[in-house]
This record gives sequence, C-alpha cells and structure tokens, in this order.
Amino acid sequence: MATRRDFIKITGLGVAGLTVGGAGAYQMLKGASLWDSVTLGDAERVPTYCEVCFWKCAGWTYKNKEGKIMKVVGHEDDPHCDGRLCPRGTGGIGMYYDTDRLTTPLIRVTENGKQSYRKASWDEALGLIVENMKAIAEKYGPESVALFNHGSSGDHFERLFKAFGSGTIAAPSYAQCRGPREAGFKATFGTSIGSPEPTDIRDTRCLVLIGSHIGENMHNGQVQEMSDAIDRGADIITVDPRYSTAASKSKFWLPIKPATDLALLLAWIHVIIEEGGYDKAYVEQHTTGFDRLKHHVRRMTPEWAYGITTIDPETIRQTARLMGSAAPAVIVHPGRHVTWYGDDTQRSRAIAILNALLGSWGRRGGFFLKEKASLPNYPYPAYPTPKWDWKATLRGRYPLADEAVTNALVDASLPGGEGQEQMIHGWIVTGTNLPQSMPEKPRLQKAIDSLDFIAVVDTMPMEITGYADVVLPECTYFERYDDLRAAPHREPNIALRMPAVAPLGESKPAWWMCKQLGERLGLGAFYPYEDYSEVLDWQLKQVGSSLEEMKHLGVKRWPRKSEDLYFKEGEAVTFNTPSGKIELYSSELESAGFDPLPNYTAHPEPPEGFYRLIYGRAPMHTFSRTANNPNLTDLMRENDLWMNPKVAQIWGIENGQKVWLRNQDGAFTSFPIKVRVTERIRWDCVYMVHGFGQKREALSRAFGQGASDSEMITTVMIDPIMGGQGMRGNFVTFSIEEPKQVQSL
Amino acid sequence: MKEELIVSGRSLPHIDPHLELWHWPIPAYLFLGGMAAGILFFAGLYTILKKESLYPTAVKWAPFLAPFLLILGLFFLFIDLKHKWFFWQLYLTIRIESPMSWGAWVLLIITPLSMLWAASYIKEWFPNWDWKWSLLNRFEALVISQRMTLAWAMVLLSVILGIYTGILLSAFNARPLWNTALLGPLFLISGMSTGAATIMWMSNDHAERKRFAQIDLLLIGIELFFIVHLFMGFLAGPEVQVESAQLFLRGHFALPFWGLVVGLGLVVPAILEILELRGKKIPVAFPAGLILIGGLIFRLIMVEAGQFTRYLY
Amino acid sequence: MRYAMAIDTKKCVGCSDCVVACQIENNVPIGYCRDWVTETVSGSYPNLDLELRSERCNHCDNAPCVRCCPTGASHIVEGGVVLVDGFKCIGCGACIESCPYDARYSHPDGYVDKCTFCIHRVRKGLQPACVSVCPTKCMYFGDLDDPSSEISELLQNRKWKVLAPEAGTKPQVYYLI
Ligand SMILES: Nc1nc2c(c(=O)[nH]1)N[C@H]1C(S)=C(S)[C@@H](COP(=O)(O)OP(=O)(O)OC[C@H]3O[C@@H](n4cnc5c(=O)[nH]c(N)nc54)[C@H](O)[C@@H]3O)O[C@H]1N2
Ligand SMILES: Nc1nc2c(c(=O)[nH]1)N[C@H]1C(S)=C(S)[C@@H](COP(=O)(O)OP(=O)(O)OC[C@H]3O[C@@H](n4cnc5c(=O)[nH]c(N)nc54)[C@H](O)[C@@H]3O)O[C@H]1N2
Ligand code: SF4
Ligand code: SF4
Ligand code: SF4
Ligand code: SF4
Ligand code: SF4
Ligand SMILES: [Mo]
Repeated sequence: MATRRDFIKITGLGVAGLTVGGAGAYQMLKGASLWDSVTLGDAERVPTYCEVCFWKCAGWTYKNKEGKIMKVVGHEDDPHCDGRLCPRGTGGIGMYYDTDRLTTPLIRVTENGKQSYRKASWDEALGLIVENMKAIAEKYGPESVALFNHGSSGDHFERLFKAFGSGTIAAPSYAQCRGPREAGFKATFGTSIGSPEPTDIRDTRCLVLIGSHIGENMHNGQVQEMSDAIDRGADIITVDPRYSTAASKSKFWLPIKPATDLALLLAWIHVIIEEGGYDKAYVEQHTTGFDRLKHHVRRMTPEWAYGITTIDPETIRQTARLMGSAAPAVIVHPGRHVTWYGDDTQRSRAIAILNALLGSWGRRGGFFLKEKASLPNYPYPAYPTPKWDWKATLRGRYPLADEAVTNALVDASLPGGEGQEQMIHGWIVTGTNLPQSMPEKPRLQKAIDSLDFIAVVDTMPMEITGYADVVLPECTYFERYDDLRAAPHREPNIALRMPAVAPLGESKPAWWMCKQLGERLGLGAFYPYEDYSEVLDWQLKQVGSSLEEMKHLGVKRWPRKSEDLYFKEGEAVTFNTPSGKIELYSSELESAGFDPLPNYTAHPEPPEGFYRLIYGRAPMHTFSRTANNPNLTDLMRENDLWMNPKVAQIWGIENGQKVWLRNQDGAFTSFPIKVRVTERIRWDCVYMVHGFGQKREALSRAFGQGASDSEMITTVMIDPIMGGQGMRGNFVTFSIEEPKQVQSL
Repeated sequence: MKEELIVSGRSLPHIDPHLELWHWPIPAYLFLGGMAAGILFFAGLYTILKKESLYPTAVKWAPFLAPFLLILGLFFLFIDLKHKWFFWQLYLTIRIESPMSWGAWVLLIITPLSMLWAASYIKEWFPNWDWKWSLLNRFEALVISQRMTLAWAMVLLSVILGIYTGILLSAFNARPLWNTALLGPLFLISGMSTGAATIMWMSNDHAERKRFAQIDLLLIGIELFFIVHLFMGFLAGPEVQVESAQLFLRGHFALPFWGLVVGLGLVVPAILEILELRGKKIPVAFPAGLILIGGLIFRLIMVEAGQFTRYLY
Repeated sequence: MRYAMAIDTKKCVGCSDCVVACQIENNVPIGYCRDWVTETVSGSYPNLDLELRSERCNHCDNAPCVRCCPTGASHIVEGGVVLVDGFKCIGCGACIESCPYDARYSHPDGYVDKCTFCIHRVRKGLQPACVSVCPTKCMYFGDLDDPSSEISELLQNRKWKVLAPEAGTKPQVYYLI
C-alpha cells in the first residue's frame, strides 16, 4: 500500500507561473493600453467553443495585432448560444490570463519528511506516469488504472485508456449530476435527456421548474429560451425552498419544504388524472400502465401532499390546472443536477410521468426530438477488450446505471474489507476537481491514500492537484485543438475549437500529452498523426467539410435527416422501452426489484438547532473552476450563506457576519462564510453557492474565500437504482467563533 | 424587510460602500479659502471705509496671512487631484456653470492680489525693507496709490471666494445634505467669522478686538440661525433629506456636530465673547481658537456627511 | 438623435454578463466597473418581489456632471452621450460628487471614467458591448428621436421607470417594469 499523501497546501516550487498579481499586472499581461478600448476593426478571430461549462457554446476568440487575446464572443450561428456567451464564457479569457496557472509539470518530493512539489521536465513527468501505469498493469492489469475526467481533455484520455486496455473511466457528470434523470427518463421514454436538454422552452406556454434554477444555472440556451418564453407570456411555475431568480419571474412560486418534491409531483399527477387534465389521446396512444398509475395515486391528494410539502392544496390544484391548460406546450423540467435525496431516479420518474400525461414529449413547446451530426471516428486500430470495466466496479449494485459511477470507482479503490478486494490501484484525473465535486471527502482521501499512484492533469493548481504524485499542466481551451463539438440539437451541427495563441509556459494540450504517453506505452499505432488537427481534418472531410472550411465557419449546420422536430398528429411511435410505449408503469424497474411507480418516502429531518444545507449555482461562476478567474472573482469573490431573518434572530446573527458551519457529523468548514440575512429562503434550510472555500494557497484570489459546501456533505444518500450520490441530506449549525479543531480534511 | 444589494460585486475604491472621495484636503482647502476670504474682506472693507488707522490689524497685518492660506489651500486642492499633471487644463477654459472652475479662476486672481496687498504694507512691518530693484520700488508706489481700487476688488473677490466655498458643495444636488440654498450663505458667514476671529486674535488693540468680537458675535448669531433653518428645511424635505438630517440628529455625526461645531465652535466662543465684552478677562486665544477649530471641523463634517447621503432608488 | 437604453427587468436574471463584457471591451481594470447589477428584494417570505437591474451612467439629458466639470473634460457628444476626455480630466472628483447614481469612478491612472454607451461601437453600427452580450436579450439600445426604433416602441407600449427622477437629471436609461 502506498504511503499516505499529504495534501500539499504550500505554493510549491513553480506552481505559480507568474507571481505578480493585481490589476496592473493583469493589464500588462494583456498587453493593452488603458486608453484604448477593444475595437473589432483590427482584430483577427478564430473559432472556439467554451470550456467554462458543459453547454459548450461556440464562439470567436479575438486577437489584436500583437497576437494577444482581447475577448471571446458568441458565435452568431450557434444553436447553443445564439451569438451570446454567458458571463462565464465572456469572462473565460480570465482562464487564460490567470496569473496562478500551472505552467510546468510538477513532481511530488519528500525532503526532511516534508512533502512539496518540484518543477520537472515533461520527459521526466511523462516517464514517471508511464512507469507507474506499466507497473500497475503488470501487477493487477491495465483495468486497475482508472480515469476520472470531465470536459474536453477527458476525450483524449479516454482513448488513451481504451488503447491501454482500461475501461475504468468515470465522470462526475453522472453520479453527482444528471444520472438520476437519465435513468428515470430512460425507464419511462426509452431515451435519456442528454446535453443540451431538448426542452422546447422558447415555444412553451408553461414551464415548471423543480429546483432547476435557470438564470442562476446559466446554461446558456435554456436561459435565453426562458427569456424568450417570458416575452411570449409563458407561465412559469417554480418549486424551490428558495426564492430563486426563476421564482421571481414565475406566476407561481411554491416554497416547498426541501426533500418533499416527490409528494408534490404525485399530488399533481393525482389532480391531473382525477380532473381529466391529461392529454387523453396521447396517453391512450403512447403510454402503458395508466390504470395502475391512476390507482396508485388515488389517495395522493393535494391535502395529503400539503401535510408533507407545506404547499397549500389549492395552489397545488391551480398549478396542476395551469399545466393542463397549457398542454402539450408544457415542460416539467427534468432538472440537471438531480442527485439530491437518494430517491432521485424515482423523483425523475414522477417528472417523466407528468410530462407523459401532459403529452409534452415530442410536442411543440414540450420536448423536441433532437438530432446530432454523425461524425465518423478516426480509423484508430481496434481497442483491446478489457477483462473488466467500470460495470464491474458496481459490484452488482445500481442496475440502471447507464454510465460509470464515480463513487463506485472510489469504493473499488479502497483496500479490501468485507470480502471486497481493492480493484483499482492508480488514478489519472483530468478536468475534475474531485475534492470539491465528490462529497464524502474522508472516503475520497482514504481511497487516494490507498493508491500506488495518482497523476492529475489540470490548468490550475486546484485542490485535486494537491493530492497528485505528478501534475501535468494543460493549456487552456484558447491554446489548443480538441474534438469537434457535435451535440444533439434542433438541427445537427458541429463546432470547431482551435488554438488562438501558443500555449503559455510549458503547458500543453491533452491530446499532446496522450500521444506522448501512448507512444511511451508502446501504443504508437493509435497515434499516427503529428498534430491533432489532422484527425479533425480527416473527420471533417468525411462529412463534406474540412478543417480549412471550419476555421472560417466555426460552426456548421446541416438540415435534419429525420423529418420533424415533433411527433406528427397520430403518428405511430415506437419508444425504446421493453413495451415500445411510454412506460408510466416501469417494467424495467419492477424486474430490477424497485418500485415500478414512484412512492414518496420521508427523508431525515434536521435535528434541533440544525438546518438543511442546500446549495446551487451563481450565474457568474462554474463550480470551483472559476473560483480564481480574475474577471469572474471581480463579480463574486466569495459565497455567502442565505439565512431567513427568523433564523438569524434566533441565533443573534447579523447580516454580513461571518460564521463557521458544523454539520451533523461534526465536520467544520475550513473557512468562515458571510451570512446573508434574506427573506428569500425558508427557515428550515440555509443555502450557499457551490465551488468556494478553496484550500490551496496557490490560488491567490480564491484561497480562503467563502466556504465549501462539499466539506459539509459527509453523509450521502445513495440512489440504489443508479448509484447517484444524494447530497442534500446534510444539516448544519453555526459557530460564531473559530472552531479550535478543524475536523475537515 | 427590504434588501438592496449590488450583485455584481461592485467595490469601486472611494465610492463603495459609500462615497469617500474627498477626504481632509477638500475641507481644509475650503476652510483656508473661507478664512482668507474673511480676512481680505475686512481688510478691503475698512480700507474702503477709510478706517485703516482704527483697525490696523485687519487692514495691514492679518492680510499677510492670506497669501499663505491661499497657497496652502491651493496646495491641498492640488494634492487631492487624482490626475495632477493635467491641472493646467483648469486654466484653458472658463466653465460658467462649474463652481470648481470659477473657484480656480478666483483663486488665480485673488492670490496675487493678496500678495500685492501684503507687499504694499511690508515696509510698515520692516521699515528697512528695500525691494532692491527700482522697478519694484516704483511698482510698489503704484500699488500703494491704487489701494482703494485694490480694496474694492478684494471685497468683491473675497465675497465670491467665500460664496464659492459654500456653493461648491451646495451645487451637488446629488448629495441631499448639500442640496440646500442655505449652505452657500452659511459657509460664507462661517468663513467671515473665522476671518474675524483671526483678526481678533492677532490684534493688540483693545478697540479693534472689541469691534471684531462684536462682529463675530453677530456672525455666530447668523450662523446659528442658518443652522436651525437648515435642519428645519431638511426635516420638511423629501425622504433623502430627512435621512440626511437624521445623520446629525441621531446618527454618528450628531455628537461631533452638536458638541464640537455648534457647542465648542459657536456657543462657547459666543459666551466667552459676551463675557469679555462685559469686561471679564478672557484670553483672546480661547474664543478665537475655538471658532477656528469649530470652522474646520464644520467643513470636515459637512464634506464627509454629505458624501454619506445619497438618493435611494 | 437621442441615444437611450431600455432594460427589461422582467427578463434580466442578474447574471452580470453585461458587467464582464463591458470590462473586457473597454479595458476596465480588474476591481473597477462601468456598469453593475443591483438586486432589490421587497416583501417578506413567502410574498416577495425581486427586481434586478443592470445600471450604468444614465447619459442624463440634464447632466450635472458635465455642468460641474471645471475643465470641460466631461462633455456631451452626438445623441446626448456623455463622455469624459481623460486627457482633459484633472481628477478633481467634482463630477463623481455630482452624479446621483455613483456612475463614475476614478480610474487608477487618475482620470475619471464611466460608461460611454460604447460610442466607439455605436459609431461603427454595432450595439454597445453589454447589450450585444446579454443572454436574456433584455437590453435595448437605440435612438429615441426615431419613433419607429425598437426602443421608442418599447417605451410607448410598456410601463417603465427611470432611477431617481427626483434628482432632476432626466436619465436616459429606462427600466421596463
Ligand atoms: N458539493 C457539491 N458537489 C457537486 C456539485 C454541487 O453543486 N455541490 N455539483 C455536481 C455537478 S452538477 C457536477 S457536473 C460536478 C462538476 O464537477 P467538476 O467538473 O469536477 O467541477 P469543477 O469544480 O469545475 O472542476 C473542474 C476542474 O477542471 C479543471 N479544468 C478546467 N478547464 C480545464 C481544461 O481545459 N483542462 C483540464 N485538464 N482541466 C481543466 C479545473 O481547474 C478544475 O480543477 O460536480 C458535482 N459535485
Ligand atoms: N452559472 C452556472 N450555471 C451552471 C453551472 C455552474 O456551475 N454555474 N453548472 C451546470 C451544471 S453541470 C448543472 S448540473 C446545472 C445544475 O443546475 P440545476 O439543475 O438548475 O440546479 P440544482 O443544483 O439541482 O438546484 C439548485 C436549486 O435547487 C433548490 N433546491 C434545493 N433543495 C431543493 C429541494 O429539496 N427541492 C426543490 N424543489 N428545490 C431544491 C435550490 O434552492 C436551488 O435553487 O447547472 C448548470 N449551469
Ligand atoms: S453556458 Fe456559458 S460557460 Fe457554459 S459553455 Fe456557454 S458560454 Fe461557456
Ligand atoms: S447581461 Fe442581461 S440578464 Fe445579465 S445582468 Fe446584464 S442585463 Fe441582466
Ligand atoms: S448618470 Fe451621472 S455621470 Fe451619467 S450623465 Fe447622469 S449625472 Fe452624469
Ligand atoms: S474629475 Fe475630471 S471629468 Fe470630473 S469634473 Fe473633474 S476634471 Fe471634470
Ligand atoms: S454601454 Fe458600453 S461602456 Fe456602457 S456599460 Fe455598456 S458596455 Fe459598458
Ligand atoms: Mo452537472
């Protein structure tokens, strides 16, 4: 077993590529005169797509005559952004100009018992990774090296891993994010939602948001379409314990007691069925299990739900009728980050059922039928078949998991016990900041301690890099090629990302790292190209375009191959479910031993003096990845803790006062957080934005700003159906004084 | 509960969370300008009234201070400029609507004027003084012969300067506390009173001291009257002005304002002067010093508090 | 010509894209801004009202900042746009004191800076940077003297307000409510 890795907090040698900070340095680096403004006239532009979140908006990077990046703007033809980036995308150039960027490979060294990083050459760093990958492969098989990834760099590493013989690959976008809704919708409609969501918001007449805080959740296309819908007079119903931005734009705000949404959804289904507000022809033609559903929800009246949710029965009826009258141009939004309470697949099922009853799937103003440009794969040699892959790490759990479950990989990295052997012995982590993104930090730490080796690829000295044996600096998305973006939408389309400038310092693109590693691992056959642009050019030529053309176009659209965005009236449709119909009653869940119809179960309540911790997004930040971005920290430097005035009064806490949080398991936040006393939240919960409370001093702007929600999420509620980590079953209390012994990691 | 917040993280230096752009140099500049205006006003006035011999301190001695006060004031103004080396831009244009502009011009004229005035009396200070160059000596003779004209100019300019030091603030409608027509006259009177106090302090002549104590008493009376009206006006005004009055009635400016400015700076010196006029022996430095300190604190407070008040929307 | 801006508070989500876009377009240094977003919450749980407003210089028709400027650095150009000439500005701060909206700031280089309505873009036929980036398309810029402009029509057909009308500055940034 490997020795325990100290989390390296110090600004290790060479971690900060550029040490000067402040406005002046930033301007100098940008090479801009303070008297000029950035005009479009003499600038050159190259296409890119944004990497600040996973909406992947296409845009143009503008450079001035000296070749300095001046700004990035949305691509006018791009269906993801319609010519407008969100604040994070606009401020994305801060990623490039961040003076704390990683610019050289780093290797962990121990001197006099103290661990730190030293700068290393690429040769040395890559060599060390290859040596360890080989050693683990020899001892346990290549499958025992796991990849954690998120974002574009992951595509390159995934191919490397497959060539190497490992399918032990996972991203936090499933079990910490979309997983439950994908499972719930797939069980119902035979199709998962995917990204971007095929919600026809711009044409809807009624948008129902259950915790989905569009407007703070800045997924660009959705925000834009919600605004269009407001213009067209659509009604919005928002269910949220907090008066979210979306709630403030809504006709109805249902300030639900957290953790009880399933009861509300069932009551809505009850009203819609009992009052006949559902789309009878659609239900008749496309669904199965209606009668059983009807019977199932018979007693789930609004009065029943009132006792659970605190939402007044009349409001439940009114909102159900509103949905019914708008149907089928209604969207009960599936949400995106839905790993809340461990019964999330069932809640997503209830959402899917509600949509089915309203006939919104495949209908204008509901869910459109997405289509994606099909790009052939580059002719790589066939990948070897691994002896086992991520599915084996499920160890018989989570039967409906469609994608790898990060937490199962973490479990499989823990040393034997209870008869389970340690399956995974080495990690490569790229584009994901696991200590922030995955709850249950002590468990994560334990898993990392059990590894023989861990390498981290990142652009910034984020917390995860503090756990690495080797850190590889990736250049930002402005400095590299990546795979073409070909996401499903109303119209098939692709977008190109190409480098606008050369990589800063010694940072390198992920494709280059993978090619180097591949060649050293004896997998040269998978890398028959010099530059990744050759791969893109080959792919583009197969679909009648070329790299040259795309450099000018940036985004290319094709007409749809499948005929219509929506089902035609009376059209016979086969759904990809066991019955070929929309399964209101899920035979798949039934045969896997789960409730075939969703049931409300009560979740633990906060103990006396504790409040449920809920969290979400701020429009100007993406998780932890922007926490140090100079442009975006200028908008929001730290998060705050939303507290109802009644709670503040009980505790004698004043607006703006800083408090530490302690959760039900005795964990403290490392840093205090400013309280925002506001009427915008219920009194049984407190709210904060995820992504703050960074612990690495190398992040000069982010270090110690605000508190980390992840530190307070030490209890998770696992969804038994697909393995999602429900994160909202944690309760916090406040400490006015700095805790003596900080118990967090 | 009503919440107002800037969600885009604005924290402009000297502006957020509230305006704190003008620190001590501006009030100091206003104080010195007002005091110089007062001194020059009385010098001019008693010259025009042909009472030089009765009030030698006012006419001859005190004006020696004026150039120093004005230059120091200008220096304070200068150090407060954030784009200093462009200051000459002030003198490429005359902006009728800008008090700052005419303040700059008035100072540009009154400062040399006050120097001339002082220079013309220098031989009375130092009988052996010699200007070395005959040109200068002849020029001195010319100045001395034109004292009456100078006196008229000084009275006029010092009134403008005095008003200006008050108008400068009251021109800023954006700050409800300053947005009152009473502020100009109040500053003018207060400037005069600091000028009078200075003369009184400098004077050795009993009659002159007595006269200036009387003048001061009168000015203090007017000031108190204005202050009462100022607050009555505020309290009868729109919400933002009521709020600015509250800053002084129970806010954190209440004690310094009523205690230091009104109490120690106006009422106590007034009492001391009354006592003195009634024949009690009171060292003149007390009332005079209190008036000066009070005048300075008054400006410091008005500038700081004014920046505190704002429109709410 | 009378340039003006209208911002639909019904659609603004307070994302602050307008703020970053301005900062980048106009080289506004980190730590400073020409525009900003305010949030007003009124009422008490659960009967609440929230207004989000993107604010900036109002390019007032009756601009005290121009009147009080001693050097003429603050001036008015076509369409009523209020500008500051950094080479004429002495940094006296009078204009900052005179603006009821705190729309001006002292640039670290000494001169006073503020929103220009992106006149450099407008002269080229482009929309101001903030308007062109706003993801909710809730900002409108145009000529009020042209009765058929989108902004004129919006102001005719929608309820609107301006900020601190009692300050008498005749602001030209309108908020649709
Ligand atoms: N407590 C809590 N946990 C959560 C959530 C929450 O709300 N609260 N949200 C969950 C959700 S919905 C999701 S999708 C996940 C997101 O989880 P992550 O994707 O892990 O989130 P980030 O914190 O943005 O971490 C991204 C990491 O990638 C790095 N990075 C950025 N750009 C690049 C690049 O170009 N190349 C490389 N190699 N690295 C790059 C960043 O520096 C950062 O370290 O988190 C989940 N976990
Ligand atoms: N600006 C910005 N936008 C983003 C991201 C980002 O990092 N920054 N990340 C993107 C990603 S990957 C994802 S997955 C999405 C996530 O975005 P969403 O799917 O919209 O949001 P959630 O995190 O599920 O929900 C947060 C909201 O749920 C409410 N909530 C908390 N508990 C409950 C409850 O019990 N019931 C109900 N009804 N509501 C509750 C909170 O008050 C908050 O308003 O955002 C995406 N968009
Ligand atoms: S939504 Fe914003 S952050 Fe995400 S890809 Fe688009 S512009 Fe970038
Ligand atoms: S960019 Fe648009 S939506 Fe976002 S804060 Fe500014 S005005 Fe509002
Ligand atoms: S908003 Fe302020 S800076 Fe802009 S024109 Fe009006 S007064 Fe002048
Ligand atoms: S700071 Fe500059 S722009 Fe403002 S009033 Fe003074 S000189 Fe004019
Ligand atoms: S108009 Fe231009 S200068 Fe004014 S706030 Fe918008 S982007 Fe900034
Ligand atoms: Mo996510």
